[in-house]
Amino acid sequence: MLEIKNLHVKLEEEDKAILKGVDLTVEAGKVHAIMGPNGSGKSTLSYVLSGRDGYEVTDGSATLEGEDILEMEPEERAAAGLFLAFQYPVEIPGVGNMTFLRTAVNAQRKARGEEEMSSAEFLKVIREKAKALKIDAEMLKRPVNVGFSGGEKKRNEILQMAMLEPKMCILDETDSGLDVDAMRLVADGVNALRDAGRAFLVITHYQRLLDHIKPDVVHIMANGRIIKTGGPELALEVEERGYEHLLAEAV
Amino acid sequence: MALPQAKQDTTEARLSRLSLPEGGWPEAARRDALTRLRAMGLPNARDEYWKYTRPDTLTAPEAPQAAVLHADETPIFGARDTLTVVFVDGEFDAKASDDLAMSGVTIDRLAGAPDIHWAKDIYGKLETAGQIPVARPLATLNTAFATDGLLIHVTGKAEKPIHFVYRHGSETSDAILHHVVRVDAGAEVTILESGPAAARFNKCMEVDIADGGALHHVRTQGRDHQRRAATHLFARLGTESTFKTFTLTVNGVLTRNEVIVDLTGDDAVAHVAGACLGDGDFHHDDTVFITHDAVNCESRQVFKKVLRNGAVGVFQGKILVKPGAQKTDGYQISQSLLLDDDSQFLAKPELEIYADDVACSHGSTSGGIDDDSLFYLRARGIPRGEAEDLMTIAFIAEAVQEVEDVSLQEEIVERVSAWLARHRR
Ligand SMILES: Nc1ncnc2c1ncn2[C@@H]1O[C@H](COP(=O)(O)OP(=O)(O)O)[C@@H](O)[C@H]1O
Ligand SMILES: [Mg+2]
Repeated sequence: MLEIKNLHVKLEEEDKAILKGVDLTVEAGKVHAIMGPNGSGKSTLSYVLSGRDGYEVTDGSATLEGEDILEMEPEERAAAGLFLAFQYPVEIPGVGNMTFLRTAVNAQRKARGEEEMSSAEFLKVIREKAKALKIDAEMLKRPVNVGFSGGEKKRNEILQMAMLEPKMCILDETDSGLDVDAMRLVADGVNALRDAGRAFLVITHYQRLLDHIKPDVVHIMANGRIIKTGGPELALEVEERGYEHLLAEAV
Repeated sequence: MALPQAKQDTTEARLSRLSLPEGGWPEAARRDALTRLRAMGLPNARDEYWKYTRPDTLTAPEAPQAAVLHADETPIFGARDTLTVVFVDGEFDAKASDDLAMSGVTIDRLAGAPDIHWAKDIYGKLETAGQIPVARPLATLNTAFATDGLLIHVTGKAEKPIHFVYRHGSETSDAILHHVVRVDAGAEVTILESGPAAARFNKCMEVDIADGGALHHVRTQGRDHQRRAATHLFARLGTESTFKTFTLTVNGVLTRNEVIVDLTGDDAVAHVAGACLGDGDFHHDDTVFITHDAVNCESRQVFKKVLRNGAVGVFQGKILVKPGAQKTDGYQISQSLLLDDDSQFLAKPELEIYADDVACSHGSTSGGIDDDSLFYLRARGIPRGEAEDLMTIAFIAEAVQEVEDVSLQEEIVERVSAWLARHRR
């Protein structure tokens, strides 16, 4: 599904290398987790994959189902099936949540040559999915993320993911700032989308989200590289012993 | 004080092309206006009040040419049930207009008005009062030379909105219209205006709202690129009355909209709002003066300007709180969305307050489209152009929401979307 090879990324504005050779392959149907200390480059990886400005790829490649995504516009990557649940979802005053989502769903459909979703169908689907995430009608009407609590913002990200039905879902610290109940809602939302044709890359700082979203593979990222890859037990190891010993091992 | 020679020359040159309509009740007001105009002279670039907007094409003897745009859009508000009044290049089109009659309202025309008319007490009177402390000579010229207009007396709840449709037919038309609206106590009306009007359009509307009356005014100034307009809207508000005006302007090399509101009765509410979108050779000036002269009144000014390719937006807005106008609630915001570095927003917000128990705020900002928001929308699959349009509509939303009727809001947003789609990069 997603294949990242020797990815090197620096900041566009300054000569600062952030990703220093990331190799990562996520197969369809799998859940991979990336853990790592703050500042190790996890968010940068997710931004570079989704096409945010400000970064320069100096080496390496990233493909989604064999297609080079690094040359694509962000909207093209989205239409190709890539989704990023933001670590910090953006507040957009004046743009209604519903309008935003309907525009997004239909823009992607249009880009893929599919028929647009009618308003009636859209309403039906979004109500259903919002209900599962305990997002009320009032929240759907409000401007995108404006006045939402931290937890509401994260649930709104998952709602968007559920509506857009992407193939490759990247979740950047979707668990941060969530209480236990909200985390369960988010995890249920993710688990409901798990299927053979879809893959997940779950970036998290803590192991606890992985109790709810069981990963197939766990990677540890530090200083712009994947320094260790293993099974779910690796997450438990981090939980128990922290990152220090892994970092020490890697040097 | 004698007028500087240059000003006198400009004024006389302009006057030489105009003739004072004679007869009927307005004649005295017209003669008085002509005298006042000669004393103040037409504005020029040296006038402080015209610092950001060059008045020369508005005061020139002839209207500069303006091509007529044959738009393929259906006319805005056209599908609504309104009492429609059509002016073509400033001339009343009886055939295209509805009967000037409906319940709750009586309507006469300024042209051919009888000897005695209620409008005599308002015509030119609010305009005269609005000359202090800043002269508005183009309004005075209008009072003197307006060829037509409607005199609208609202006696109850108007059956439906009145819609002025201003069509532009000739490339050199120079139209001067003057409307008077009197809203009786407790009466209510909605007035819509749309269309490019003429190559050059000078329009004045005087509005007198009695206690508890309400006037909703929604106007669109559309789309002909080379048209010019100078408009004045004078409103006097009685106790517990409401006046809400919103203007959408797209295109036009020069538009200056002045709104002068006098809150003379306690607990009155005045909202003055506007959104404009300009691409290229576009200059739009909103000049607003709100006087609080009573207790516990609310005024809001909300202006949003979307500017690109060298377009210029101007905002001069003032709140004057007179002594004794306690509990005044005054709000003013003017913002521009600059879509490139060539465009310009010039703002002069002013507060002058002579009462101590008031809450007034004002703010003015300029900025581009927020990169993080744009990326967020694009990351969800919304193409750049469409995402920018969404952000632009979001930007003007606060102004559009000043329109009370949601269906009107929606129609305005539709027009803005269409404009943005046509102007996408
Ligand atoms: N736009 C930026 N400007 C400056 N430094 C940045 C920028 N983006 C990322 N960085 C730096 O790159 C490193 C990795 O950051 P980030 O990807 O956010 O890490 P993580 O998500 O793992 O905490 C940090 O040192 C951070 O300060
Ligand atoms: Mg991060």
